[in-house]
Amino acid sequence: MVPESYYVTLSAVLFSIGVVGVVIRRNPLVIFMSIELMLNAANLAFVAFGQRFGNLDGQAVVFFVMAVAAAEVAVGLAIIVTIFRVRRRLSVDDLSVMRW
Amino acid sequence: MAHVAFFAIAAIAVASALGLIVRPNAIHGALFLVVNLGSVAALYLMLGAEFLAAAQVIVYAGAIMVLFVFAIMVLIPGKEETGPDPRRGARLAAVPVGALLLLLLVFVVVGRWSGPRGPVAAPSGSAGALGRLLFTNYLFPFELTSVLLLAAMVGVLLLARRRA
Repeated sequence: MVPESYYVTLSAVLFSIGVVGVVIRRNPLVIFMSIELMLNAANLAFVAFGQRFGNLDGQAVVFFVMAVAAAEVAVGLAIIVTIFRVRRRLSVDDLSVMRW
Repeated sequence: MAHVAFFAIAAIAVASALGLIVRPNAIHGALFLVVNLGSVAALYLMLGAEFLAAAQVIVYAGAIMVLFVFAIMVLIPGKEETGPDPRRGARLAAVPVGALLLLLLVFVVVGRWSGPRGPVAAPSGSAGALGRLLFTNYLFPFELTSVLLLAAMVGVLLLARRRA
């Protein structure tokens, strides 16, 4: 039986990699994928904690996180595609105003 | 045996996560992310969360990643990160900061929970048990999720509409 703290440690590692990815990349799509990585790391921690404390609530939370992530990806990608249509460029450094 | 499996899967997960943030091509990043999501699904199985492992593969590695790959194809991959980075120094500073965050997380979160496991029985992560919980204790958030998905759908339609 692998102790739950191993899973939480792995979750912390994946989350930190996601944070670094959000900061060092310029492509908004890759930044978005790094955010998915962070959500996923948090999910892993939820499941591991739920396992440790012997209840299912952690897994229920993960279910909701998945639903919210799906909605977030749909809206976010639509926004990115719309920005690309207007700007013809796609770098987060160019996006410093809320309207154009 | 379980330890060997855990460390193998963990190594795959970390390597694919690093691949996602290092490779310049966004399509490669998307494929690395699929590998990462799959390995986390395997970890869910090891934790006894069978339903979540299936949902992870179907929703994340299936639906969400198809959407990502589609968007990358539409938006001409790799073209936007080819030039020299004008803020290279500031961006590279993220690496030590990320390492610091990792240390902090391990110290605060993991350090607290590394004691011996209490006498609790592992919950069953089957679809039946989780469904019963979702439709009793979590009924209201569950219904709210449907409203959220509907709102997202309407919002995307509005954004995708071609402006005159």
